[in-house]
Amino acid sequence: MTEFFQSLGMNYEWAWFVATIAGILLIAFPLMLAVAYVILIDRKVWAAINLRKGPNVVGPFGLLQSFADGLKVFLQETIIPSAANKGIFIIAPIITFTVALAAWAVVPFADGVVLADINVGLLYILAISSLSVYGVVMAGWASNSKYPFFSAMRAAAQMISYEVSIGFILVCVVLWAGSWNLTEIVEAQRGHGFGIVNGFYFNLLLFPMWVVFFISSLAETQRVPFDLTEAESELVAGYQTEYSSMAFALYWLGEYANILLMCALNTLLFFGGWLPPVDWAPLYWVPGIIWFLLKTLFFFFMFSWVMATVPRYRYDQLMRLGWKIFLPMSLIFVFVISGYLMATGHFGNPA
Amino acid sequence: MIDLGQYLPILLFLGVALAISCVFVFLPMGVSRLTGTHNPTAEKLSEYECGFPAFEEPRSQFDVRFYLVAILFIIFDLEAAFLFPWAVSLDFTGWSGWTTMMIFIGELAIGLIYAWKVGALEWE
Repeated sequence: MTEFFQSLGMNYEWAWFVATIAGILLIAFPLMLAVAYVILIDRKVWAAINLRKGPNVVGPFGLLQSFADGLKVFLQETIIPSAANKGIFIIAPIITFTVALAAWAVVPFADGVVLADINVGLLYILAISSLSVYGVVMAGWASNSKYPFFSAMRAAAQMISYEVSIGFILVCVVLWAGSWNLTEIVEAQRGHGFGIVNGFYFNLLLFPMWVVFFISSLAETQRVPFDLTEAESELVAGYQTEYSSMAFALYWLGEYANILLMCALNTLLFFGGWLPPVDWAPLYWVPGIIWFLLKTLFFFFMFSWVMATVPRYRYDQLMRLGWKIFLPMSLIFVFVISGYLMATGHFGNPA
Repeated sequence: MIDLGQYLPILLFLGVALAISCVFVFLPMGVSRLTGTHNPTAEKLSEYECGFPAFEEPRSQFDVRFYLVAILFIIFDLEAAFLFPWAVSLDFTGWSGWTTMMIFIGELAIGLIYAWKVGALEWE
């Protein structure tokens, strides 16, 4: 894109700057639009599973429902409770949403279509998704109200518990791919299953890790069955209880942006990213970004499906699953996978 | 040598994301003042507790187990951080690196077993 802006008569620095900003907006705005529609898809999927119709009044098939909701919250009054720490109270949703957007800077949508192709892209995503816990804790603390406070404690403990096993799962994937760069991780999956399938999920050693990663990503984004932070019967609306207007909506937007990020990570790490599912030439005629979006949406459908069918965990069960099952399991798999790779002399992608 | 220029787009992205979030938070505040929906009352601004006035301070004591989880998290996340560079240099470090790392993981596994036996992972 830099060349295009240079052809308009800018010097290189300005052309680069404008191109980068354009790239950022090309990620951020479609992402927000995607979040609006993904919320609608979510509601439609739950409705279909419950044999209901779901939103169908605003616009054709309810397509404008999310925008009506958005307009409604936009026009609402922003309530800042008198007991709250006002500065932190306002900063908390800003941090949540900023972090949720910024994680997308390193996601490769297709071959070479990535804003910042840094060599530790996956590490950056891990780091920035750890930061999202700050928005939650600050909201719970600053609200100075019981439900948000308890919810924030739960959310913090839950997110950091599952982050541990996510870290070890990422080590397993990186051991196999030999790189932290997301583009190279996707390339390492080309023709992985005996030259037929593009993706690590076909690998018997990595498939259990994918299952653990999928469940951990449900826990990390506080989705059902791990939505204890927003357990309505216990904690009202969780850490968002005292929020209103767009500050409240930012938590929703950030949450769904994080869910989409986790779906994209499932796609990138285990299901071959923008590569077609089968390594067969005619399938490469379809642009890579279509495959990427289709796979991401498929995982989002799985998230909704889980939401509509699985009952909520108890908190002690949640902690038991994270610390006593997933953590030992992922530790053992780091041992097994690295041992297998050493024994067979397979050292990542030579490219 | 690391090319830090690669990280400049990320910094710009953080700036743009921060700007978008600030607009989302502060613009409705201004709009609600213009449209007249901004109408705070003492009742509205009190904290929410199912319709009652708050019984006690919200920042009271909470369970020490949350603190334990935080400490365990630091240990195991640091362990993972030591594994990250090793994971991409498996072929450089070879068997000696692998053995060292397995001893390291083994030691932390002993730590996990200890925490398990002591009951730090129990919630009841």
